[in-house]
Amino acid sequence: MDYSWIQIAVAAIFFSAVVTLVLSRGYGWLSPTFWRNAAVVSSLVMTFILLWLTFDTADQVRPGSGRIPDWTVINYEIKLVWDAEKHRQVPAVGRETGFFGKTWTAEEAFDLINKGKMTLQSRNCMECHQILGNGAYYATDLTRAWLDPWWEERIMPLTGAKTREEAMMAWLKDPPAMPQGPRKMPNLRFSDEELVALIAFLKWMSAIDTNGFPPRFAVAQ
Amino acid sequence: MATSFARPKAQELFESQKLALAYFAVAIVLFGAQLIFGLIAAYQYINPDFLLDKLPFMTNRTLHVNAMIVWLLVGLMGGVYWFLPLETGREVVGIKLAKFIWWVIVAGVTVVVLVYLFVQIGPGNAFTLWFINEGREYIEAPRWADIAIVAWVAVFLFNVIATTLAARRITGLLGVLIFDLVALGALYTAGMHYTVNVTMDQYLWWWVVHLWVEATWEVLVGVLMGWSLMYLLGTPRKLIETWLFLEVALVFGTGILGLGHHYFWIGTPEYWIGLGGFFSALEPLPLVAMVVHALYDAGAHRMHTVNRPALFWAIAQAFGNFIGAGVWGFMQTLPQINMYSHGTQLAAAHGHLAFFGAYLGTVMTLIYIAVQNVRRPVMIPLDSKYWSWAFALLILGIVGIAGSFTISGFSQTMVERAELGSTWSAFIQSYTHPWYTNTLGWRYLFAWIFVAGYLVLVYDLLTIGKRREGHAA
Repeated sequence: MDYSWIQIAVAAIFFSAVVTLVLSRGYGWLSPTFWRNAAVVSSLVMTFILLWLTFDTADQVRPGSGRIPDWTVINYEIKLVWDAEKHRQVPAVGRETGFFGKTWTAEEAFDLINKGKMTLQSRNCMECHQILGNGAYYATDLTRAWLDPWWEERIMPLTGAKTREEAMMAWLKDPPAMPQGPRKMPNLRFSDEELVALIAFLKWMSAIDTNGFPPRFAVAQ
Repeated sequence: MATSFARPKAQELFESQKLALAYFAVAIVLFGAQLIFGLIAAYQYINPDFLLDKLPFMTNRTLHVNAMIVWLLVGLMGGVYWFLPLETGREVVGIKLAKFIWWVIVAGVTVVVLVYLFVQIGPGNAFTLWFINEGREYIEAPRWADIAIVAWVAVFLFNVIATTLAARRITGLLGVLIFDLVALGALYTAGMHYTVNVTMDQYLWWWVVHLWVEATWEVLVGVLMGWSLMYLLGTPRKLIETWLFLEVALVFGTGILGLGHHYFWIGTPEYWIGLGGFFSALEPLPLVAMVVHALYDAGAHRMHTVNRPALFWAIAQAFGNFIGAGVWGFMQTLPQINMYSHGTQLAAAHGHLAFFGAYLGTVMTLIYIAVQNVRRPVMIPLDSKYWSWAFALLILGIVGIAGSFTISGFSQTMVERAELGSTWSAFIQSYTHPWYTNTLGWRYLFAWIFVAGYLVLVYDLLTIGKRREGHAA
């Protein structure tokens, strides 16, 4: 988009004010008519701008568009790197590693991530965790869960798994058996198929450019 | 006469007002349910093993939040059914349909709650999303229930529009109400879809969540408080309507693009950081206007009213809305702090205080107004010994709860986000830090104080106006 947020904000307020004033000629600023016009005009102007920005946003958040990764990102290594210009972390895609020992085609990857998203919703994950920062606040934010060093430091030795995805799968099968900290995750009776899908979804989500959220991820460790 | 609508004679309730009483009764019952699940969730923070297998935190939290949304919405809709016949001077058109769909909704809510409680989760497929739980915070209701809710709001909207047309009289308040309800109903449908792209999912999810509670609900409350102030203080209609238009201009003028403060970190483009920060920083403006308005009206009438509990709740609503939604929201809305505080206990502090101030205060005002008309000839002031105890205990309780959340939120923001880098290990270190754990007991204590306030409130609502007390003025 060719406009900065300041230009949009100033234009929105200026346009609302001018149209209101033109429509309210002859009425004082304390009259109901003036404020009725202001209410209708500002609502319509802001709604119009929201709809316009929605089309622009929808275009920019298509998978593979840059901000949101392609479905096949699950076949690759994902890292967060420091962007000195933006002063924040951005996701970067590295070498091909495969996922659960295979390379997934675009169609297979889509089906898998779709299944993962449904699994995430069906288990009500958001009512303890956060997804992209939103949810309840009882458990960890899952935005960068795939990239969490805890899997390699603690869960891989604990489960004896060889890869991160296998460690996640082994742990998620029965979290109360391997509690991490005082709060325990209940056993949500995931099937193997659901777990592969859910982990694929988490890996894909970890490569979304979230403008640096959550901040300073894993830099202290 | 310069003021308001005609007050009804006692004992002569419109059918619509009788329906409003059913709405209020169910609202109070669901309020109780909200508190039960909130208490269990608060206790699980202290003892995480409590009911882990039977009723995990996620289920309690779902029920706590959903019960709240439904009872507040039911209370606000009840308020419209109460005032609509007074505003239009006639019975509501389509009242039989309204009664029918109301009992369908009560039955539907019961089924949804039972499924949440006893089924809780399902396999990862469309069946679960349609019949058990949609798994999207605040709008977890399965899709079939979404459709029922849309039908319910459609009947409600029909009642309002058809009654206005039949009365051949459109007032500023009715115009705003219709404008607002059309938006409210339409926005709910933005949440009724499934998409795999989680960024787009959350983008539209916020259309329901934000544009309900920070826009259309606020305007609905503006209309209801306008009617309430006309009733309680006899404020002139012209004054009420001018303020209402000003509030609508400010609420929609700032709140629609203020939506951008939810688009900082979900994968959406960077221009939302500036736009969301700017417009959401302006969002407290209408809330300041509402405080000025309520204080002006109450002061101009030297607090003389026919209904003290309702007037006190109306003033508490104005302040509570400003502090809870305005101050606690502003505290964390700018992206420079939100990057660190987003998704911490600070958000819960804001949520508790804002819903209490903005919406609970309104529903209480409405219920006390209705109670007066049921119990007493209208011109006799309504008062009791107990309402002020309920009022004080509920406010003390929520301030304590939100205060505790705020302190744990500060601590979590600092320890988990700023110091330790937002990981699983950082999260565990933040919630086991004494600055955080200390607050959990306070929160639980104040939750019981809040429950005590609820019990006094229920007792008062059942008895106020039945005795001869408060008969002075």
